[in-house]
Amino acid sequence: MTVTAEASRAEVCVVACAEAWRGDGEILAAAMGTCSVLGARLARSTFEPGLLTTDGGALLTSEPIPLGAAGEPEGWLPFREHLWLVQNGRRHVMMGASQIDRYGNSNISAIGDWAQPKSQLLGMRGAPGNTICNPTSYWIPRQSPRVFVEQVDIVSGVGYDKRTWLGLNGSRFLDLRRVVTDLGVYDFRGPEHQMRLVSVHPGVTVEQAKEAAGFELALPEGGDVPETRQPTAEELRVIREVLDPRALRDKEVTA
Amino acid sequence: MGELTTPQEIVAELRDGMTIGIGGWGSRRKPMALVREIYRSNLKDLTIVSCGGPDVGLLCTAGKVRKLIAPFVTMDSVALEPHFREARKARTIEFAEYDEGMFMFGLLAAAHRLPFMPTRAGLGSDVMTVNADLQTVTSPYEDGEELVAVPALTADVSLVHMDIADTRGNGRYLGADPYLDDLFAKAAARTFLSAEELTRPGELGGPPQALLVSRMHVTGVTETPGGAHFTSIGSGGQRDESFQRHYAKSAADPEAWKAFEDRFLSGDEATYQSEVHKWHEEQA
Repeated sequence: MTVTAEASRAEVCVVACAEAWRGDGEILAAAMGTCSVLGARLARSTFEPGLLTTDGGALLTSEPIPLGAAGEPEGWLPFREHLWLVQNGRRHVMMGASQIDRYGNSNISAIGDWAQPKSQLLGMRGAPGNTICNPTSYWIPRQSPRVFVEQVDIVSGVGYDKRTWLGLNGSRFLDLRRVVTDLGVYDFRGPEHQMRLVSVHPGVTVEQAKEAAGFELALPEGGDVPETRQPTAEELRVIREVLDPRALRDKEVTA
Repeated sequence: MGELTTPQEIVAELRDGMTIGIGGWGSRRKPMALVREIYRSNLKDLTIVSCGGPDVGLLCTAGKVRKLIAPFVTMDSVALEPHFREARKARTIEFAEYDEGMFMFGLLAAAHRLPFMPTRAGLGSDVMTVNADLQTVTSPYEDGEELVAVPALTADVSLVHMDIADTRGNGRYLGADPYLDDLFAKAAARTFLSAEELTRPGELGGPPQALLVSRMHVTGVTETPGGAHFTSIGSGGQRDESFQRHYAKSAADPEAWKAFEDRFLSGDEATYQSEVHKWHEEQA
């Protein structure tokens, strides 16, 4: 048995999240959720060393730091500067979503009717600005038909079907990159930028991924869905020994 | 220049129907002693402007809020605020929902006496459909781009909390993040400042960049030790996490909330602080 075959589902997810930032160069990798934060720091530790990452607070750290640790700052990014950076665009954010639809509209605001919601969530936070101003990906730890929905109740993050309304100017920075879940990896390269299944994680079938979606998923050309790549031995070492020695990733993704 | 005052005198300056800006962010450096004073007051029909945390929750459950202007309400380590959720579910408050960036631009506009600030943030999202306050504007230049015109979020009074202030109302923060507190101060006709600790003028110390709030924007300043509790404060951003969990758990259940209210909120601020102290001893 090789070392890589022993990777847990969470570790596969961390690497799939990291891949979102491949090729991004010297921009801020903003992340929400354990596997997403680990992914940003792993990408910077390995194949994307130019990335900037934070301590989870207002500091840009000089090196990618372990979860919950402090690090020497190389820059200052309090909330207000974060908000300006969204407008500036040198930022690729991986957000969470309580609902997401096939065009990438996402909802973190409320479930049900906005005027009197069944369940009030966080509110819009930065989702509207994030999606319209800089590259956006999503990390969803538990994919289900309740999350992958036909239509989101409230549009917090903007999806590709809003491009007509937005026009050429308004939509020029709309750039939804990928969705990583506990089951697979998705992008928006289906017909008319619809969500497409890119790969399923080792141990997951295409059927499982489809059943956990409340809309029809586009498939790669030819219909064959590859397996999400396994972490390399070096990636596993960085995740396990450096970034997350307490294995918090396994609390977020239990499979 | 800020006059030395008390939380009671500050809240006595407020009137029904006023728009009140509250500094801090989520469950971080909130002027909670002043919020608790409003909680105990007879004020009503307030419009609250806030990056919301337990300040919003407390004022909602006390029936003080007619309208909330906010990009979120969260307690950070506890994601959702039970009182705010209940107020939305029961439709007891009006809600003007903003994107975070838009919210900051609204404060920037107010702070600089502009009617609005333009941004792309919000376009295409339901912020534009659910928030009737928001309009768009077309760029007068060659691009002709349509942008959101975020209206000035001007307040009658802002309440902000600093780690240290001097007796004139200059304020310094110790953490890594100023949040939007200086903008709240500039965006209001009057600002009242509370601080964990008061010093004499010239003794604020620290790097000059941390002198966030200027006395030119401050009407009154008051010392409230533990005044941010249970939200985070200090250089390390310490929050009373166990008490926050106790608050969140109590707020989610009417009976538990009654017990919480009786014990912690029915008396004055000194009673609150001593009951919190006793509560921690009981947990040990």
